[in-house]
Amino acid sequence: MSSTDTPPEEKLYASREPIFPRRVKGKFRNLKWIIMAVTLGIYYLSPWIRWDRGPELPDQAILIDLANRRFFFFWIEIWPHEFYFIAGLLIMAGLGLFLFTSAAGRVWCGYACPQTVWTDLFILVERWIEGDRNARLRLHRQKKWDMRKIRLRAIKYLSWVLIGLATGGAWVFYFADAPTLLVDLVTGHAHPAAYLTLGILTATTVFFGAIAREQICIYACPWPRIQAAMMDEDTLVVAYRHWRGEPRGKHRKGANAAEMGDCIDCMACVNVCPMGIDIRDGQQLECITCALCIDACDEMMDKIGKPRGLIDYMALTDEPREISGQEPKPVWKHIFRPRTILYTVLWSSVGFALLFALFIRSDIDMTVAPVRNPTYVLQSDGAIRNIYDLRLRNKHGEKREFRVSVSGDDTLTVTLQGADNTLGDTIAVNADEMRIVRAYVEAPAGSKAATSDRTDFTFWVEDGVANERVSVDTVFNGKGQ
Amino acid sequence: MSKKEVETTGHSWDGIEELNNPLPRWWLLVWYACILWGIAYTVAMPAWPGIKSATAGVLGWSTRAEVAEKIASFEEMNAAVNAELAAADVTMIKPGSDVHSYGVNMGAAVFRANCSQCHGSGAAGNFGYPNLLDNDWLWGGTIDEVAYTIQHGVRNETDEARYSEMPKFGADELLTDEEIDQAVAFAMSLSDPEGDGTNLVGGTYDVELAAAGAEVFEYNCASCHGEDGTGDIYQGAPDLTDAIWLYGGDHDTVYDTVFNARFGVMPAWGQRLTQAEVNAAALYVHQLGGGQ
Repeated sequence: MSSTDTPPEEKLYASREPIFPRRVKGKFRNLKWIIMAVTLGIYYLSPWIRWDRGPELPDQAILIDLANRRFFFFWIEIWPHEFYFIAGLLIMAGLGLFLFTSAAGRVWCGYACPQTVWTDLFILVERWIEGDRNARLRLHRQKKWDMRKIRLRAIKYLSWVLIGLATGGAWVFYFADAPTLLVDLVTGHAHPAAYLTLGILTATTVFFGAIAREQICIYACPWPRIQAAMMDEDTLVVAYRHWRGEPRGKHRKGANAAEMGDCIDCMACVNVCPMGIDIRDGQQLECITCALCIDACDEMMDKIGKPRGLIDYMALTDEPREISGQEPKPVWKHIFRPRTILYTVLWSSVGFALLFALFIRSDIDMTVAPVRNPTYVLQSDGAIRNIYDLRLRNKHGEKREFRVSVSGDDTLTVTLQGADNTLGDTIAVNADEMRIVRAYVEAPAGSKAATSDRTDFTFWVEDGVANERVSVDTVFNGKGQ
Repeated sequence: MSKKEVETTGHSWDGIEELNNPLPRWWLLVWYACILWGIAYTVAMPAWPGIKSATAGVLGWSTRAEVAEKIASFEEMNAAVNAELAAADVTMIKPGSDVHSYGVNMGAAVFRANCSQCHGSGAAGNFGYPNLLDNDWLWGGTIDEVAYTIQHGVRNETDEARYSEMPKFGADELLTDEEIDQAVAFAMSLSDPEGDGTNLVGGTYDVELAAAGAEVFEYNCASCHGEDGTGDIYQGAPDLTDAIWLYGGDHDTVYDTVFNARFGVMPAWGQRLTQAEVNAAALYVHQLGGGQ
């Protein structure tokens, strides 16, 4: 352990340094505009896609029906007990994040994260209203609140709140029929929960995206801390070719130009950075790899007639190779390596498993809950009865008659207790509903099932019309020895 | 924007230095806000413990009051259906109706609180306490008979209670030892359709004694249990021909029953429960699988 001199008196707390990113043009900026348009388009417009669902349900393609606990996605209908689909999608999202991070660093952060996308949108609106970096800086430093400053600030905050409202509004449309809810919201007839959600999401959108901005990434988000575990020396990150750029400095005529590096210290990369960092300092926790500094630097290199790529996507392993004069590894070699291939395999296996589960699932479903208090009932003729609660789900748009039977032991017979206490083997289940029905399974006196401890057998439920059937294995408890 | 040098704390491990970045000021402000919130919260809500109770808080919020309020609102909500259940003739309550499903659910709660101590939480009964899931009923398994049994109970001090008393054939010396042995064997043979000396529940008896016991049974037992031994629900006399034995169907237990008799008692629940609760318990018991 070494020690240095005690540092001089310093501030324990620092105020935030406001960041005024300058406008930039280039291929990565264009890519970000496209991603912003697509992702925001999906988010704002999806609830308005219509889909015919018959007379009783809203004709909405994507709908989370909390009251009835159903999730509709185009032709797919998910019930709560099929939550594993959601779990599978979340696992895929996680693995996908690992894949993209190990291949190309924090591309999620830089391009697709809602925090980035909305912050980008809020900064764009800010620029439209107050002007580019220098104009915004001037306005910020201007102490006097004249009419112009008040007007600009008012328009800006109003626009921000409108964006927030649209965002919170789009969220609630996923939970109810969007056109009806819009009318209700405007006329004041919507459920208080809708207004509350709308208000909270408006506030959080404006606060996170427009006010807190990069502080969410730096202080609140756990992902920058986790990402290091996903990245290695072959991961593509945004980096500065210091061996090419240094020593940096203004290029003056006659000065020892040959000794100077390509970096002219124009601060373009710093001025466009939405995180307020200097990429030339190397890898930093704050860097979300949005690549805007690449665009800014390339633009400058073009102007001074130097090759592009002083700031570029590259991997750590490229640095020693380039310094020693070798060619850097081609990009595909960075991307296709065992680690990313493993992530891809895992990701697609989960995906195929989900697709498989989606295609084999039936629109009848049954779960069997044996009543184990008591384990069996002795009937007066010596027969042994077991009781089961069957949950029958009709995931179909019309009422259906289900027939229940048992197999696996010929002596077992089943009767269902209908709602009117009559016994039978069929039961009607309403469209899109679940019904609990009690099933009595009996083994006659002296039969093997009655006298042994446990007998495996199978419940079957079938719909005579669609010829669908589903089975569940369970156990019959006898008297034992 | 000039680059600021970050101070280090002076600590260094394996060449890794600990930076001393200043905290964002708003973190400090959030911390102060949390302290203020904490103080306000303990003033507004129940918080500081005392010897017997805690400070109530100026908002006067209490979980107990909230529960009481909720119970009251549920009772108000159910008042109409509850009144209907109390006034109903149980035989006329249609399964599948609102009153029926309300009654069954309420009955399940009544059963757990009042009946499960003897009959078991699953209603499977116990030694001397009938199983309510099977299709054998001492006093009748129709809904009105079940309701009557719950209302007035069995062999208790009330006048309306179900009542019958089996003679203590041995203890009161009504029968000789030989006759008791014969009667026991005959009673057991009733639940032995094969006649091989082992009855439906595995109890063994002497086939010759049983043959000799037919006469003893006819003169002493048949008046209640019936000539064929199938019992009589009007006297609570058990069916001796089936597989269900309240106290056990083995030889020693049956001997004990004949010698000392049995006197099972059930309280008159009508004295303790409301009419709606009695009806609810009857509906619940009746739909357990054995109801007739």
